[in-house]
Amino acid sequence: MDLSSSLIQNAKQSKLRMTKCKSLLGIEPRNINTFHVKENILNIPTYTLLTIVVICAVWLFCDISGHRDRFFYAKRDSVALDLSLSHTQEVLLRSDSEYRGRNVNCTFWDCLNIYKCEHDTLKVYIYPLQEFLDEQSDKVATTLSSEYFQILEAVLNSRYYTSNPNEACLFLPSLDLLNQDVFDKHLAGPALASLNFWDRGENHLIFNMLPGNAPTYNTILDVNVDNAIVLGGGFDTWTYRPGFDVSIPIWSPLLQQAEAAHATAHRKYLLIVAQLNLLPQHVRSLRELSRSSNSAEQLLLLGACENNELITRCGSMHHAKRWDYPRVLARGKFCFVGRSLRTGQPDLLEAMSQSCIPVLAIDNFVLPFEDVIDWSLAVIRIRESEIHSIMRKLDSISNVKIVEMQKQVQWLYGKYFKDLKTITITTLEVLESRIFPLQARSSRKWNAISKNSRSTFNPLFLTSLAPKSQGFTAVILTYDRVESLFLLIQKLAVVPSLQSILVIWNNQRKAPPHLSTFPSIAKPLKIIQTRENKLSNRFYPYPEIETEAILTIDDDIIMLTSDELDFGYEVWREFPDHIVGFPSRIHVWDNATMRWHYESEWTNQISMVLTGAAFHHKYWSHMYTYAMPGDIKHWVDDHMNCEDIAMNFLVANITNNPPIKVTPRKKFKCPECTNTEMLSADLNHMRERSACIDRFSKIYGRMPLRTVEFRADPVLFRDNFPDKLKRYNDIGSL
Amino acid sequence: MQAKKRYILVFVSCAFLAYCYFGGYRLKVAPHRPRRAQHESAKDGGVQPYAQLPSFMGYEHRKPLSNDSNAPQTASKKKPAVAAACRMETCFDFTKCYDQFLVYVYPPEPLNSLGAAPPSSANYQKILTAIQESRYHTSDPAAACLFVLGIDTLDRDSLSEDYVRNVPSRLARLSHWNNGRNHIIFNLYSGTWPDYAEHSLGFDAGEAILAKASMSVLQMRHGFDVSIPLFHKQFPLRAGATGSVQSNNFPANKKYLLAFKGKRYVHGIGSETRNSLFHLHNGRDMVMVTTCRHGKSWRELQDNRCDEDNREYDRYDYETLLQNSTFCLVPRGRRLGSFRFLEALQAGCIPVLLSNAWVLPFESKIDWKQAAIWADERLLLQVPDIVRSISAERIFALRQQTQVLWERYFGSIEKIVFTTFEIIRERLPDYPVRSQLVWNTAPGALLTLPTFADSSRFMPFQLNAMGVEPRHNYTAVIYVQIGAALGPNAALYKLVRTITKSQFVDRILILWAADRPLPLKKRWPPTFHIPLHVIALGGSSRAVAGSPTAQSGPEARPSISQRFLPYEEIQTDAVLSLDEDAILNTDELDFAYTVWRDFPERIVGYPARAHFWDDSKNAWGYTSKWTNYYSIVLTGAAFYHRYYNYLYTNWLSLLLLKTVQQSSNCEDILMNLLVSHVTRKPPIKVTQRKGYKDRETGRSPWNDPDHFIQRQSCLNTFAAVFGYMPLIRSNLRMDPMLYRDPVSNLRKKYRQIELVGS
Repeated sequence: MDLSSSLIQNAKQSKLRMTKCKSLLGIEPRNINTFHVKENILNIPTYTLLTIVVICAVWLFCDISGHRDRFFYAKRDSVALDLSLSHTQEVLLRSDSEYRGRNVNCTFWDCLNIYKCEHDTLKVYIYPLQEFLDEQSDKVATTLSSEYFQILEAVLNSRYYTSNPNEACLFLPSLDLLNQDVFDKHLAGPALASLNFWDRGENHLIFNMLPGNAPTYNTILDVNVDNAIVLGGGFDTWTYRPGFDVSIPIWSPLLQQAEAAHATAHRKYLLIVAQLNLLPQHVRSLRELSRSSNSAEQLLLLGACENNELITRCGSMHHAKRWDYPRVLARGKFCFVGRSLRTGQPDLLEAMSQSCIPVLAIDNFVLPFEDVIDWSLAVIRIRESEIHSIMRKLDSISNVKIVEMQKQVQWLYGKYFKDLKTITITTLEVLESRIFPLQARSSRKWNAISKNSRSTFNPLFLTSLAPKSQGFTAVILTYDRVESLFLLIQKLAVVPSLQSILVIWNNQRKAPPHLSTFPSIAKPLKIIQTRENKLSNRFYPYPEIETEAILTIDDDIIMLTSDELDFGYEVWREFPDHIVGFPSRIHVWDNATMRWHYESEWTNQISMVLTGAAFHHKYWSHMYTYAMPGDIKHWVDDHMNCEDIAMNFLVANITNNPPIKVTPRKKFKCPECTNTEMLSADLNHMRERSACIDRFSKIYGRMPLRTVEFRADPVLFRDNFPDKLKRYNDIGSL
Repeated sequence: MQAKKRYILVFVSCAFLAYCYFGGYRLKVAPHRPRRAQHESAKDGGVQPYAQLPSFMGYEHRKPLSNDSNAPQTASKKKPAVAAACRMETCFDFTKCYDQFLVYVYPPEPLNSLGAAPPSSANYQKILTAIQESRYHTSDPAAACLFVLGIDTLDRDSLSEDYVRNVPSRLARLSHWNNGRNHIIFNLYSGTWPDYAEHSLGFDAGEAILAKASMSVLQMRHGFDVSIPLFHKQFPLRAGATGSVQSNNFPANKKYLLAFKGKRYVHGIGSETRNSLFHLHNGRDMVMVTTCRHGKSWRELQDNRCDEDNREYDRYDYETLLQNSTFCLVPRGRRLGSFRFLEALQAGCIPVLLSNAWVLPFESKIDWKQAAIWADERLLLQVPDIVRSISAERIFALRQQTQVLWERYFGSIEKIVFTTFEIIRERLPDYPVRSQLVWNTAPGALLTLPTFADSSRFMPFQLNAMGVEPRHNYTAVIYVQIGAALGPNAALYKLVRTITKSQFVDRILILWAADRPLPLKKRWPPTFHIPLHVIALGGSSRAVAGSPTAQSGPEARPSISQRFLPYEEIQTDAVLSLDEDAILNTDELDFAYTVWRDFPERIVGYPARAHFWDDSKNAWGYTSKWTNYYSIVLTGAAFYHRYYNYLYTNWLSLLLLKTVQQSSNCEDILMNLLVSHVTRKPPIKVTQRKGYKDRETGRSPWNDPDHFIQRQSCLNTFAAVFGYMPLIRSNLRMDPMLYRDPVSNLRKKYRQIELVGS
């Protein structure tokens, strides 16, 4: 109804947009209902108008139906794609008996025309569906399969699709070459060559899952694909052109319905062999294994049932139980995938869908997406000639490893293989990472498992100790306590490892005192007037900070001695990825309120070091400013509290490392102990900080803080030893 | 109403007619293609359109094979008859590689008729030395899995002075050559002017594995050959210089963004890229300076840019550019690889590769995306945009990764050769494959022995990346060397009693290496539920799987290294190593253990020692005096990860183990060197306690001054074998949170520690 009325408007504007034309045709049979309902509104002129519109629409539709850019419309409606199937253009071909195959010397560097890919993103053009007919016999070159249709649809609906062949980097023929048994290889070559932008296959993508046919079963499809990139499912290392072709998995139609199974160590069988088309000699050696007494219990050998259906498997005994396939694979820790006439087998994905670790006995098989997926985490490979020792090899794998591998299999399957759409998109992602190597994900990202929220990657992984010569920059956040600020500056200035001081003046109502009024010190001093009074100003990665280490210090922390600060820096040098500092706090779980509780008592444990006097790497300032999860940063700025807790959460979440408390010093004129006008009473303040911890842990989805029972002291601390021989002797207590 | 209905009828008829007229012809076509009809019906039903299409694969593609269908077998057999298509399955004999991976080096070529030694470059000598002194080496060709030629094949440029002639006839004389099967051929240069053909080695390598620099995607035999880096003539045999990134500033703030200084060839193969580099030069943050000066006759070939280029070239210093640039361009030269690649890597200058089709060193294992940037020679002018678009975080990570890779795989010839071997070894059946994560993070694959355990879970390095903690509890291992008379109050019994009280102990292991007979079982103090194992080492040395040191013939006395054997009884991740006369209280054990849990890759313990450079003796010194720093925590009372036992036994050079065995000393120092070598971090000392020995045990070898001097010399031997001094100093110790604080002792968790003095 809406469509038709909008069409009226369109007609009034005498502008018929092609899209509407098509959609109108789509609802044509329902028009009658429309008129019944809207009877009282519509009058004769409207009818007339509508008739004209419909006629025009039909005419226009028919006019453009032969147009080659059909997917343009299809983008908006999946029905339309199907519709366009029925309007396939016919192309007559002369059968070509000459077989050139493909350019075996193709590499990414000479067969791919990179100049077509100079846009920032990968763009793929899909040819319209065409019907390729042999001139003489009227035979079709290929028939479209459901799987290839899904692949086309996946590309079409992806961010990679473009309808403009001129901005396309890659071209995807709509010619279905998935299975060489199905298409006519003498016609497929000429059909490809007849494509508008073929140009010897340059930048063209050929999806193929079952290459070769009897009797040779080549591992690459026998079609003149010239310089095209083959996205193939059965490569061996001889036919795979590394860095150019992409090895893809062979999809199994059974997976459309199959439910995935979860990883668990409690599976009855160590190994399940359920592949039907194994080579006879492999079947023989597996049979022998299953007969031997010690592995009979662990090995389940299944074959086809009498009904010759793929979804059932039967044991070799006559009265044997009938198993559902692929469900049965969920009973095994490992599943055997062996060589058959073709190299690649759909059994690989079927095993993976059941979180069963595939045991591959196919020499030189190129695993799917080999150049990005680290298969060593998910499959066991065994040489074909060693199948007889397979049980011994599998037996030696620890249960921990089995569960790890199962989880990896499950994750990989869900991430890259679970349906044809995912497989297609992954294929394009692989190509994208080659063509735009800058955007490529690292192998860590391709293979990382997010199953464990505690798994982390420490961005500060340089192992060498930070150089001593560099020193640290003291960043003092101050509002208006000038007197104490000056005192602090004077105390800091004598710390040998101090490189410079940065005063962050957070008071907008009052200009900072003139530089000349500051105490004269031997170290560089800079004052930065902030625009807003925000706590996050303390963690802004000011370009003025030239050192790795930042000492954030409150303007009233004047009790720390030079030795303490110097030693603190020394500790930070040994743990540059930790927060290293003086005031420590602990979080505890309160069973009564079922909440986290913030504690400033002196206990045997700490989990936070407050940034009122702490060293951290400048990288954390950057992360705090630009990569703080959730709305934590805004929340902290709005509430003028908890910036130190936020920093502790940030570092702990990224590294899993606890902070390090230095020296016994515990008494600070901290905000919690004084009653300044900015902060409300103690109790209220503590409650607020407890709420912070609660809030942050919810945002992170876990409690990243770690509790430790140790602090760092100088080696000779409190030793009965001449003070003048101690490097740090002025270490205060409490 | 009626009129309206009529209108509708008219309208519908019109529409239908129009449709039939314009589009309906489709209905009559193609009766021979029934799938069309299916599509039409698919449109009407609400199901997914593809559900109506046939599947690409049916039962016939997966049905069982009849017994006589051996066709594919023959097909796969006939394929790779030529050496150019070698794969491990076709050109490698696995039979000798099952239990051990041993490498045989052919003896040097006999002197020729003139009595001159056969030519062999210094680098090739270093390669051979590295192998011969390694644990891969065997002198028995019958036991070898891999063979290394005695003929120098590094430089196969026939114009080069190191070029060895008559290689084919030399190869023919080799007793085990067998068309190169199971041989590995190291090569840095192949081909010569003018085409620098990659495959022209001047001999037929046959089925030998090529470990070759500057390989291209096309020439490389996938999964068979190994691409190695090009290294220069002065490259060190061992250790070598560390990466030059010492500070880890963020952002880096280097003076230049992208730099290159090098030759260009004016014309000929590989010259185009370098010839056009001047387009990128802006003299500010992009410095691309080239010179035409090389060879004798460069003036004859020069083009009109040469003079200008040479002027700019002389304005910049190569080393300065390397150190002060964020990115370094690594363009191809005549060959695909260049020295520049390793130099940039070492300097932490992120390589920007302009060398199409080059297979980067150890590409099958190393994820270069984390340490280098790929540019495309065809898109040279995009390079400035590419490097400018890289975020500061990415640069930060890339630069650190260059250092990890340099230090773990490329720093010395030894590392390069060992990495090559490990890559080949991972292809062997029965040898576990390390994950990409292991290869690309510190401490790297060379120090991660996959035979120790199949999961990284059991090693100390990747725990944070996996999001797990070390497994709970520890095994106390007491090494009894002296075996003083054991009265009921002997230090050993006291120690066992103390350990029994610890809340984290899993079991106690006594290694009895003393000459005295074992005390009776009933004499040991009761350990209740904690198992106590006594293992007599003595003369009847215990064979532990995979530990050749355990089988040290009957004439040799048992090595003191036995205390670090990976005993099966040790099931926990943490090992508490103790000397028999250690005096520690339970709180100290528990506290040290909790500290260890946060630093499982380090040694955490009590007796700290220090090393220092003694200028007067020009040697390393070892001191047990009280100092402000330490670099060793003796294993007389320390926690460490079980994995280090395995590494100590199975990885350390036999030369080191022999030194320990002969001196019956220094095993604790060696363990410290090993752990520091792996972690590049200092050990951790806990609390104040320094003296950890029961002073009453008079017969201790520790009171012997010679003992101390011996340790001094051990330290120097070890440093020489490692090639550098791995020990790192620390200034801090870990104390309990309220240690010695003037608060009530009742508030303190580790009260016993408060009572212990120095």
